[in-house]
Amino acid sequence: MYVADSRAGTRAASAEGAARPRAGRRRAAVAPTVLALGTVSLITDVSSEMVTAVLPLYLVAGLGLSPLGFGLLDGVYNGFSALVRLVGGHLADRGGGRHKWVAGFGYALSAACKPLLLLAHSLTPIGLVLAADRTGKGLRTAPRDALISLSSTPATRGRAFGVHRAMDTAGALLGPLVAFLILRATVDGYDAVFTVSFCVAVVGVLVLVLFVPADTRAGTGPRSARPAEATRPTEFAEPAGSAGPARSTPAGAADRSRPAEEAPRSGSAAGSAPSPAGQNPADPAGSPASPTLRAALSLLGTPAVRRITLCALLLGLATVSDAFVFLLLQRRLGVPDRWFALLPLGTAAAFLLLAVPLGRLADRIGSRRLFLAGHGALLLVYALLLSAWHGSALPYLVLLLHGGFYAATDGVLMAAASESVPEELRSSGLALVQTGQALARFVCSLGFGAAWTAWGDRTALTVSAALLVFGVLVSVALRPTPPEGLA
Amino acid sequence: MTLRTRLLVLVSALVVLAGIGTASVLRASARADRRDHAVPGGPEITAGPVALGARGRMIFRNMAWGPHRDELTSVPASDPAGPRTASKVKCLRFHAAGGTGVCLQSVHGPVGDTYRAVLLDSRLRVTARYDVPGIPSRARVSPSGRYAAWTAFVGGDSYAGTDFSTRAAVVDTRTGRLIPSLEAFRVVKDGRTYHAADVNFWGVTFTADDRTFYATLATHGSTYLVRGDLRARTLTTVHPNVECPSLSPDGTRVAYKKRVKGLPKDAPWHLYVLDLRTLRETPVAEPRSVDDQAVWRDDHTLVYALPGDYGADLYTAPADGTGHPRRISTAAVSPAYVGRPPA
Repeated sequence: MYVADSRAGTRAASAEGAARPRAGRRRAAVAPTVLALGTVSLITDVSSEMVTAVLPLYLVAGLGLSPLGFGLLDGVYNGFSALVRLVGGHLADRGGGRHKWVAGFGYALSAACKPLLLLAHSLTPIGLVLAADRTGKGLRTAPRDALISLSSTPATRGRAFGVHRAMDTAGALLGPLVAFLILRATVDGYDAVFTVSFCVAVVGVLVLVLFVPADTRAGTGPRSARPAEATRPTEFAEPAGSAGPARSTPAGAADRSRPAEEAPRSGSAAGSAPSPAGQNPADPAGSPASPTLRAALSLLGTPAVRRITLCALLLGLATVSDAFVFLLLQRRLGVPDRWFALLPLGTAAAFLLLAVPLGRLADRIGSRRLFLAGHGALLLVYALLLSAWHGSALPYLVLLLHGGFYAATDGVLMAAASESVPEELRSSGLALVQTGQALARFVCSLGFGAAWTAWGDRTALTVSAALLVFGVLVSVALRPTPPEGLA
Repeated sequence: MTLRTRLLVLVSALVVLAGIGTASVLRASARADRRDHAVPGGPEITAGPVALGARGRMIFRNMAWGPHRDELTSVPASDPAGPRTASKVKCLRFHAAGGTGVCLQSVHGPVGDTYRAVLLDSRLRVTARYDVPGIPSRARVSPSGRYAAWTAFVGGDSYAGTDFSTRAAVVDTRTGRLIPSLEAFRVVKDGRTYHAADVNFWGVTFTADDRTFYATLATHGSTYLVRGDLRARTLTTVHPNVECPSLSPDGTRVAYKKRVKGLPKDAPWHLYVLDLRTLRETPVAEPRSVDDQAVWRDDHTLVYALPGDYGADLYTAPADGTGHPRRISTAAVSPAYVGRPPA
């Protein structure tokens, strides 16, 4: 009954914030770009989770197939998605507002896959359509996170990512609900689910096209606007003089298909721009103008990037995948089968509730510190699962801590990484860290499965806990010399 | 573009998309009526008594449109395309033997479906209900009718993505004792006890002795035919690359779907028959990928489902690898041959 889980990395990459535009009253409110992107993620996740939720039912009850053959392909898709993410990050860094258009293409590609599901009636075409859907997801993740990062100041980045992750998770929780309401209202209404999912996805793309500025770095606007970028109302206000938002989708799509063309111009523009105040001093401020693939890879030569990637890798290696955590919890408690599916919802709900407050906390105490604290929460999860304590509060506490772990690490890692990655390579840098983390978690899944087989679940978890302690200690030791906590 | 223009674009798009979405939902719900009307040229179906003990009948889930869609339906085994008698009992998956039926159903809840397995007596009255932890897939009853088994796909909720695991349950219909998962059994692989976190079981098929059964074991990306022992609670690997085994009435052979190299990864299966004594495999003369647990009409003939216009159609092919596949029934799935004279 174990679920081979290699999705932890990809799933974690989506959630965002419940703050409303009127939060603008507050001085340090989240940038409108972040709210727009959060809205896009929320809408898109409603759309994609609608499909995910009914797909097995559709395969088994609707088409009479078994989803098992499809499930076996999942690992391939996930690995592919990690690579696509690096590509998306790289393309987006080529400047000229490409973050928006690369992300937009990713969203549009996924949206276009929904109606294709109506035409696919066997596993092969369905598998291909979903592979395309994942390609879209892989493409859009890094540019979107880069946009969030670039439209916030270092002092509000944690909150910005927290808001985005909370909104994203809200969408993920709503999607299945919408899908089942449609199924209830119809007879075998899978086609209606796919059609509505498509319509919802198109709305998400539209919100992105209409309300997310093309270049939050103000590469197309007056340079003087840059220091104020985080608080500047880039979003719903009219961006006077900015050519970016006025661009039509076709132009953007064309851009994407000619990735090399604009690079020198916009690249040099971005490259010559000074980092905003508060950037990590380790920034290679003089990094070359054109963000070539080599430049993206040379990011790993930067001590700060190397440090955070190493931390993400080490801690990722000790992050037991959700499936195992829920399985262990079920074994400890003897959770009845029919409740089993609710355990992930518990984690998601905790994530949703905690993402914003913990994001704000990250801004106060430093994202690295919170990232490590989040792994402390994960360590507590392991400890509770290993302990002899058997209180009725155990599942709630475990799920709360597990959701808290995600809330304290998922967006926060991106916020932390943003401090080390120069603006012009922001997308590639974030993609690099995410992919590293995803691969480490994948290796952890394989290793944990093997350890479970060889030594049993408790020993495997004990080893993971030890690894986690080691990872946290190393991460603490790797702390950059200048103290953080830019409050 | 001014803010007003952008809002205008968004609102207009919302109106159009909401229209499309609403129309698709309305169309799908109106289909309830359409699907309640039989399609001209479809099988003739009338309501009537369906008994699991009736001689020479095939009982299956009727998928043809009309008032009896998804109901258990009976036809003469000798004329499977003939007039159908529908029972009013709706099932996603079904099997019956020895006067006992197992019917896997969905239960519509306020925000989602749940699933259950119900045991049926020879007159399709419910004798027991069990929760099924996911989407039901395979169902089998032992030849005597004493044991029933089913498999469910667990996963598919928003946080399990497209990964699935399976759980196979076995119930003793006489005592009501349920084994919710075969994972509680000891696995013996290559002569040694085998532990792995990633084991999955599905597709149980029983022998006539009410003790032995066969099933699929999957672990580390490979599948195996396992022989289970309900008393010793063990599962012993028999042969690699076997999924959804189905034991012949004489108990000497297993029909199964085998993952064949070089085929598309999503439709990789061919039907084979394995001789349990010699472990020799014979390919069935069916060129298409079959994703079903076949049933034996008799010791020489296999029946299995392939996707069709109304969900699934039933096909037959000789078990010895000769001949050609032949479609015997449209809009039908999960067949069971009942009232079989004891072997």
